[in-house]
Amino acid sequence: MSHEPLSPDYVRRIAKLSRLSLSDAQVAEYGSRMTAVLGYMDRLRELKLDDVEPMANVGGTTNRLDEDTPGPTLSNEALMKIAPDTVPPFVKVPKVLGEGGGA
Amino acid sequence: MSRAGNAPELVRASIDRLKSVNPRLNAFVEVFESRALADAQASAINSKRGPLAGIPIALKDNLCLAYGKTTCASNMLRNYESPYTATAVQKLIDAGAIIVGKTNMDEFAMGSSCEHSCFGPTFNPWDVSRIPGGSSGGSAAAVAAGIVPLALGSDTGGSVRQPASHCGIVGVKPTYGRVSRYGLVAYASSLDQIGTLTRTVEDAALALSVICGHDPLDTTSSQEPLPDLLGPLNTPVEGLKLAVPRQARSDANHPDVARVFDEAIATYKQLGATIVDVDLPLLDHGIAAYYIVAPAEASSNLARFDGIRYGHRAKLEQGDDLFDLYCKSRSEGFGPEVQRRIMLGTHVLSSGYYDAYYNTALKVRRRIKQDFDRVFADCHAVLMPASPSPAWKVGEKLSDPLAMYLEDIYTVTINLAGLPAMSIPAGFASVEGKQLPVGVQLVSPAFDEARMLRIARQFERATDQSARTPNV
Repeated sequence: MSHEPLSPDYVRRIAKLSRLSLSDAQVAEYGSRMTAVLGYMDRLRELKLDDVEPMANVGGTTNRLDEDTPGPTLSNEALMKIAPDTVPPFVKVPKVLGEGGGA
Repeated sequence: MSRAGNAPELVRASIDRLKSVNPRLNAFVEVFESRALADAQASAINSKRGPLAGIPIALKDNLCLAYGKTTCASNMLRNYESPYTATAVQKLIDAGAIIVGKTNMDEFAMGSSCEHSCFGPTFNPWDVSRIPGGSSGGSAAAVAAGIVPLALGSDTGGSVRQPASHCGIVGVKPTYGRVSRYGLVAYASSLDQIGTLTRTVEDAALALSVICGHDPLDTTSSQEPLPDLLGPLNTPVEGLKLAVPRQARSDANHPDVARVFDEAIATYKQLGATIVDVDLPLLDHGIAAYYIVAPAEASSNLARFDGIRYGHRAKLEQGDDLFDLYCKSRSEGFGPEVQRRIMLGTHVLSSGYYDAYYNTALKVRRRIKQDFDRVFADCHAVLMPASPSPAWKVGEKLSDPLAMYLEDIYTVTINLAGLPAMSIPAGFASVEGKQLPVGVQLVSPAFDEARMLRIARQFERATDQSARTPNV
């Protein structure tokens, strides 16, 4: 089945929601590939599913809660070692407040 | 697993073999030569002998290990050093196994060919112009080439079974929840399961006996007791009922895959099993449902890679803000297939499309599970191909993701239903003068790994297909 082509603006919107910045070439390429994949997925619409309950996981488990007791955890030193930019014991990030951060 | 030699000899032989063939395979992304040899020396003088004492093993590089790097074959994690070790890996270490290295994979386990890696593709030991399958392609190639007798992989939609089939080895995906996912980098959490790649069914049973079991660190890990997996292996299959789905005899199967499948059915008949034709009517819809559910979960799971706490952080320019940091870090860190799946997942979860895609896929998922339940009410296992075609040429399907996705037709429904399944060597396809392995797949009811392994072992014993090894 064919799917209506995703517009470049829509692809850019999805990219923004995904926190990805794409070049114009990527917008075109991803858009056409996603359109092809979504066209294939339209076959699910052939199925009669009105009386079927969605199933998000197979275990049928509900939230399993731990006792709220302190236990061993990763040290600040270990976490500082893997962070890309730090002023120990803190992770350094760009300025978030003050000048209207875009996030 | 061969114990012909002490631990240092076994590990030395493994590393020598690795050095001799890995330049042609690119199966390993990191090798722990000095550490593995030191661990082997320590093992040799350790009076406590675990079930895997001195056995060299390899780990797919999405399994956390508290030394070396855990890259997921992604530039996002290229320099990431995990501060902890995955539960399944720790169990192998505690059983005496020696880790010789980490193996190549499709980035974040997203792929069926082991080509989507920041380290370049892995090549199939049976024909190095072809893919080994994916996403656990490095682990499969390492075992098939005789570097290690056991490697761990992960299977979200076939990523252990399909490369096992393409490399002529045994690949097991246990029931969802059987093996703790703690320390497995998440792709699609409701589908992900750690599995084993080995040359023989017995080795798989031995390794699974070690890694299965409840883990309080994984809330989805099952408390179901694990029965003896090794004891029943040599019990005949006479009297068992094996279901063969009509939909698995598709015209789309490669002729040699169809022939090998028919031969496997004939073998089981000779062994005294009863073959029952059944319907799995939604087998053809599994791919569509899977490629909605998996990217949806991936888009959520991979949101954690934001360039802040760990992983790649982009260099910012004057005027860039926090939003730019997220976008630039992720665009530089993730490869194209990962970016596409994140976007696909974001699309199918977005308001306006949620019902049409994600919710519909979850309904199909329940129907697929119900179809398997109906079959298992009367049969002990399902027999079907592992993959519709033998290994294809490197690059052949890279420009057509949908064609690559369709290769997963026989594996994805099993993850959606959370069932245990395995691929076993069953024969060879003759393609352009090369002999390429073809596997068949067994699927069992949830938590019935013991019988599944027994059914596989009896086939292995009758056919001896595992005895052939590639000349790499």
